[in-house]
Amino acid sequence: MDSLFDKYTSSSHEEEAQLQDADQELSVNPPLSLKFALPPVAQSSSWLRAMTDDHSNPSCPIKIAHGTTTLAFRFKGGIIVATDSRATAGNWIASQTVKKVIEINNCLLGTMAGGAADCQYWLAYLGMQCRLHELRHKRRISVAAASKILSNLVYSYKGMGLSMGTMCAGVTPQEGPALYYIDSDGTRLAGNLFCVGSGQTFAYGVLDAEYSYDLSDDAALELGRRSILAATHRDAYSGGYINLYHVKEDGWVKHGFSDTNPIFWKTKLEKGEFSNVTANFEDDDTSQRV
Amino acid sequence: MEVLLGITGKDFTIIAASKAAMRGATILKASDDKTRELNKHTLMAFSGEAGDTVQFAEYIQANIALYTMRNSTPLAPPAVASFVRSELSRSLRSRNPYNVNLLLGGFDALSSRPCLYWLDYLAALAPVPYAAHGYAQYYCLSILDKHHHPDIDRTRGMELLGMCVDELKRRLPIDFKGVVVKIVTKEGIEEVDFADSGPIHCP
Repeated sequence: MDSLFDKYTSSSHEEEAQLQDADQELSVNPPLSLKFALPPVAQSSSWLRAMTDDHSNPSCPIKIAHGTTTLAFRFKGGIIVATDSRATAGNWIASQTVKKVIEINNCLLGTMAGGAADCQYWLAYLGMQCRLHELRHKRRISVAAASKILSNLVYSYKGMGLSMGTMCAGVTPQEGPALYYIDSDGTRLAGNLFCVGSGQTFAYGVLDAEYSYDLSDDAALELGRRSILAATHRDAYSGGYINLYHVKEDGWVKHGFSDTNPIFWKTKLEKGEFSNVTANFEDDDTSQRV
Repeated sequence: MEVLLGITGKDFTIIAASKAAMRGATILKASDDKTRELNKHTLMAFSGEAGDTVQFAEYIQANIALYTMRNSTPLAPPAVASFVRSELSRSLRSRNPYNVNLLLGGFDALSSRPCLYWLDYLAALAPVPYAAHGYAQYYCLSILDKHHHPDIDRTRGMELLGMCVDELKRRLPIDFKGVVVKIVTKEGIEEVDFADSGPIHCP
């Protein structure tokens, strides 16, 4: 019994190492490995912080891509997932066309916030684990299980400097629509509504004010889009394009990757919102008052 | 975690300030009024370093009154704003500057238009249609970006304020004990009842 127990209880590192040994003869390409070279210091997290803390040391050697707005919420028609597309490294906009929604399979989506590399790598790893689960068990993984794979994984690296805030959204026959928040502290929460990233507060502001579980599909999509727009307008580290998804019982549907700039001006000029921004550069009555 | 909010509309300016007076981890008072009337048509709300806030506000209040007595003419809100900004910037360059953030709400009787000014402790002055200070900025400006229009009436203004305060109650980790609400109109400044909506829960 003990040997059986030992066989199935090993840390993810060891487990992967075993898998790797078994796979060695089968695959030509080395599989995704969980064995990383760590810096030769006692506290790798504090070392990483010293190397990457842009705030206290602007000339730090590594600038991690950070800063995002992502949101997801459950409603009667499924789940809306929306993100911006900006990646920043310090004050530098590294990209305006990042795909922050990871399509894990045709029913499951993951979102990226925090360290771009960490998120991209570990969500790809999660995708792989989900596919393996599917092959082993002949049915799709539940959102609860998928999110737990990720949360257990990041928890095993706790204190080693991972930086990620992600959401897993999906619809499965067992659970119905399910939404989980997972971050690199090891927090894993199921919920109806989450916003993650530096622009989260701005998105929460717009979303909370009009959110209801009984929203129609169109109203929910528009609210998701508008919440990201609000964040891209106020948060310097969010911007670019709005990436919008709707997860339904029969899989997710993508609703475009659309430029924020024309959407902003359309919203302002047609609906009269953003009244603090002037569209009239000739006769600006604010200039005479200052 | 102090909350200051300002919203202008067609013929009024609403100023709201949180009622909690906090020191460290303690709420010392739950009915604090973080506003001072500078004259009949100008109201100032303040937040920042303990002690500095009230000292600065009352110093400004007294000097505005002095100016009006000497010249027997009231200062219009834009003039008050310029005066406050200049005093704050003078203080900023002294040995111990005032650490205060301000909102100035007023009604300009000359142009009969409502006005709102945002000032921070670095003496930056900006005329704005709606404003917030502190953490409230992060939650409320996006709401106001979406829902505010320059020609809203008083009822709608109070509705917007309600949306903002509800969101702060929902998301701020510390209770700010509700807000004191005052409205500046052509008639002057009046405090209005702001019905407490009770506890708000996260969806």
